[in-house]
Amino acid sequence: MDKAIIVSNVDMHFNMSKFKIDSIKEYLIKLFKRELMYQDFIALKDISLEIPKGDVFGIVGLNGSGKSTLLKIISGILKPSKGYVKIYGVIAPLIELGAGFDMELTARENIFLNGSVLGFSRQTMKDKFDEIVDFSEMEEFLDVPMKNYSSGMVARIAFAVATITQPDILIVDEILAVGDFRFQQKCEDRINQLMSGGTTVVIVSHSIEQIERLCKHCMWLEHGKIKMIGDKQEVCDAYKNS
Amino acid sequence: MKVFIKNVFKYRYLLEDLTTRDLKVKYRRSLLGILWSVLNPLLMMMVITAVFSSIFKVVENFPIYYLTGSLIFNFFGEATNGALTSILGNSPLIKKVYVPKFIFPLEKTIFAFVNMLFSLLAVIIMFIILRFVPSWTIVFSPFVFLYVLVFSLGVGFFLSAISIFFRDVIHLYSVFLTALMYMTPIIYPESMLESMPAIVSNVIYCNPMYYYVQYFRNVAMYGIVPSLKDNLICIFCALLSLLIGSLVLKKSQNKFILYI
Ligand SMILES: Nc1ncnc2c1ncn2[C@@H]1O[C@H](COP(=O)(O)OP(=O)(O)OP(=O)(O)O)[C@@H](O)[C@H]1O
Ligand SMILES: [Mg+2]
Repeated sequence: MDKAIIVSNVDMHFNMSKFKIDSIKEYLIKLFKRELMYQDFIALKDISLEIPKGDVFGIVGLNGSGKSTLLKIISGILKPSKGYVKIYGVIAPLIELGAGFDMELTARENIFLNGSVLGFSRQTMKDKFDEIVDFSEMEEFLDVPMKNYSSGMVARIAFAVATITQPDILIVDEILAVGDFRFQQKCEDRINQLMSGGTTVVIVSHSIEQIERLCKHCMWLEHGKIKMIGDKQEVCDAYKNS
Repeated sequence: MKVFIKNVFKYRYLLEDLTTRDLKVKYRRSLLGILWSVLNPLLMMMVITAVFSSIFKVVENFPIYYLTGSLIFNFFGEATNGALTSILGNSPLIKKVYVPKFIFPLEKTIFAFVNMLFSLLAVIIMFIILRFVPSWTIVFSPFVFLYVLVFSLGVGFFLSAISIFFRDVIHLYSVFLTALMYMTPIIYPESMLESMPAIVSNVIYCNPMYYYVQYFRNVAMYGIVPSLKDNLICIFCALLSLLIGSLVLKKSQNKFILYI
């Protein structure tokens, strides 16, 4: 079967130096005192997985287990300290809240900005604009700066923009969790529709039911390591019983 | 390089979008809109002329002398100053989606270039007011625009990367820019260089902006055809700057996200 995402032996280290050094003075002082030592924090350790095309892949795990970090590496936002990631196709990432919005701008401006980040032309965005607004049901708030939006409202816009064309890979991190039940239903329908069109979807969610409903395969991350990976039912059952 | 061009093409809509956003923000609340890019240098010129033209009597057509110099220098200043914080300023975007980082300093440089084209109108207006007929050599000016554009882009790449690791560069740079302005004959006549102490004039001869300003004045004011040597100096500085800037940006861009 064709692969959509290959993650190979990925490690992610963060240096958690106690003080963030961001001025020349601090840097020199630290350099002289030989305090430039870093405290290494391992967020991901030896992650390898392959996600076939058209799969809906869930990731579960406790807070801080490295789910968002892994998604950021898959989307290319973070470079892994070791290993590599291969992506086949166009990727639409919805990482945590905000999805790359500039909160000072209005929703209307952000829709266009977000579209151009994803590589859509202005014309495409103009054509699709109404559809996006319809889907998100946000027409009353279009000209309000997004900093005044509720988190669910931000998620609506983000999801609507990312799924407006059929991406090859859709990454959804927690974004469904903040939507109300009606919008969640709508998103799930959209995900199912994309999936039947061949889109590969990676979902992170703390709602086990949602993972069970949507996914085919699932992975359980614990302290940055793969605890279990495979069929969604087995993994979800094990996770629930832990 | 191939990747660079491919990425520019792929992210052209983002570039377009960011540039129009900047233009909108810059002119949103001002009544005269984009006219400010024309008026600003003219007003500046009036002040500078009033103060300095009597001191530097040797300079013929002082208003034009000043305008041509400041056009080039202000472009450099605006482009690099904008690029300096361009990546930092877009951190919300960078944290959530992958965008090649050079897009941001590139956008600021393009934005400054668009502004410069408007300011060019100011120079033309002064040509008309002062009944100054530039010689045919003015057709060479697109070359110097291109040179200074590439030069500024390189400096902008460098600054945008370095400012992420050392925030104080942001403050230092404005001092540096002012110093550089005095190291470039914009207000004072070039002939003054000879009467300066050797150290100072040598520093000025090492300042690439000196050559860009001189090049533009030569073709726009004095009707001098730029020599091969002039062109080579300008091209060399531009390419060197672009090379260093791109290397620094490329080498460090994967670490940005951990610092913003
Ligand atoms: N930029 C960073 N610098 C330092 N540490 C980081 C950075 N990003 C993430 N971490 C650390 O990596 C670990 C994993 O974080 P991550 O955001 O991936 O967790 P998560 O599984 O998404 O959690 P949640 O369920 O709360 O969303 C955390 O301990 C976090 O502190
Ligand atoms: Mg997370």
